[in-house]
Amino acid sequence: MLNKHIDKPVSVLLMSIAVLCGLILLLVLSFLVKEAWPAINDGAWRSFLVDDAWYPLEGLFGISPMILASLAMTVGAILLALPLGVSSAIFLVFYAPAPVGSVYRLMLNLLAGIPSVIYGLWGLTKLVPLIVQWQAPGVSLLAAILVLTLMILPTVALTSAAALTAVPQELIAGAAALGLTRKSQILLVLIPAAKTGIISGVLLAVARALGETMAVLMVAGNVVQNPTSLFAPVRALTANIALEMAYATGTHRAGLFASGLLLTLLVLLLAWLASRLRSQAQRG
Amino acid sequence: MKKNVLCLCALLCFSVQQGAMASSDRLRLTGSSTVAPLILEMAKMYEKEHDGVRIDVQTGGSSRGVNDARLGLADIGMASRELKPSEQDLKPYTIAMDGIGIILHRSNPVTALSQRQITAIYKGNIHNWREVGGEDLPITVVNKAEGHSTLELFLKYFSLKNSQIKAHVVIGDNQQGIKTVAGNPGAIGYVSVGTAQYEEGRGTAIKQLPMGGYAATVANVQNGFFPLSRPLNLVVKGEPSPLAMRFIKFAQSDAVHGLIKAQFFVPVGPL
Repeated sequence: MLNKHIDKPVSVLLMSIAVLCGLILLLVLSFLVKEAWPAINDGAWRSFLVDDAWYPLEGLFGISPMILASLAMTVGAILLALPLGVSSAIFLVFYAPAPVGSVYRLMLNLLAGIPSVIYGLWGLTKLVPLIVQWQAPGVSLLAAILVLTLMILPTVALTSAAALTAVPQELIAGAAALGLTRKSQILLVLIPAAKTGIISGVLLAVARALGETMAVLMVAGNVVQNPTSLFAPVRALTANIALEMAYATGTHRAGLFASGLLLTLLVLLLAWLASRLRSQAQRG
Repeated sequence: MKKNVLCLCALLCFSVQQGAMASSDRLRLTGSSTVAPLILEMAKMYEKEHDGVRIDVQTGGSSRGVNDARLGLADIGMASRELKPSEQDLKPYTIAMDGIGIILHRSNPVTALSQRQITAIYKGNIHNWREVGGEDLPITVVNKAEGHSTLELFLKYFSLKNSQIKAHVVIGDNQQGIKTVAGNPGAIGYVSVGTAQYEEGRGTAIKQLPMGGYAATVANVQNGFFPLSRPLNLVVKGEPSPLAMRFIKFAQSDAVHGLIKAQFFVPVGPL
């Protein structure tokens, strides 16, 4: 009884803080909608899909090449980061001797903490000149994918490692008792058991890759066109906002806010998917 | 990035602050992001010398500077270009000059390009340096993102529309342009003359091309010979407030020449 009395003010306080945090999301969304309104009301949003190019000052607002570019970068980066990240996690959890493992874990944490602009700078001054020697202009979808891979690799590796560590000991013991080799234990028992954790880590990484701005802006070349080749320069939605927002007025500005709204909705969708997966895993 | 964040913050704060201004010791300037860093330094100096004066500087492009000055949202607008015929209701005060220079990679043997060649390169009609007397190397065209006043000036000078340009790389600021060209032997781009001259002097792997027979140097921008140049203007509508007028006079005085040169712009008037 006594506990409940003490808890009450605390729970009210915590609840109001939580509501406040939730309200901020609503505020941001309504702000985006308000600013984007001139570009999306009265069917004006159709020009985003119908126009075949992005020249806002000439009245053309086609953003589909940028959506495709953002998706291509993200998918490419995930395709590279997933096998690398999961292998790192397996090494970390099952094979690495304790001192190596802790150094490796520290390195992954550091990698996760490097500001994105540093990755961008490295990409622009080291990676891009390398690609130029192979295929001009160097700044390209490929450069963006490689830089993004580096950035999301620690997320994938660390969440996968956490998921693998959380697999119940009985499962491992059971697998061992059945006479499975280490390799089969990992491939057939542990990875399936840790699947949900790994996937939700991947979704986090996808959200980070989609939202990444500065590094992508520096290495992707920023030409608005469909990503038809790995060596073609492309522009991501985020880079578009950062490149033009400071200078945009009128419908141009509203168009940029509309692409920001779209991006936010995409990331929210991913977050929702991730949380659904997690609750499913808890129930199952 | 910091600049972009600042701009976003400025946008967010904008609606809040709009009501509270126009007191006699507060000055508000908005506009060109080329002019803003320079004005920011001048404002710091001015605030130090005049107690109690507060100067707000916000970016948002030359067009916003013109609009805000016209609507009275700012005391002074900043514009990194000449006023258009439709903007003659405003009065410009030139505080400095800026030139735009064509830059190539240092290893590129091409030493000059005609206006027609540059236009053809940017339109994608010339693909290889071989066609203009250089090596057998594909050309990488570096263009600026839409809305930048550098792009506007470039397009106007070469009578191009942005949609005609076949760019391989689109960049935001001068530094990104310089790094992009320095990292690609086949690249051609355009950036502020002052920045390019400084980077060239530091040994960055770029070189500037002459325009219309004049070398791209700060001196040629200052004496007005360099064709691809623009004024950095403060614009006001009607009679500026006494404080605004004092600040404009300050921004045109010799006292700020050091600040102007430190940002690689060119002071107006005799050398």
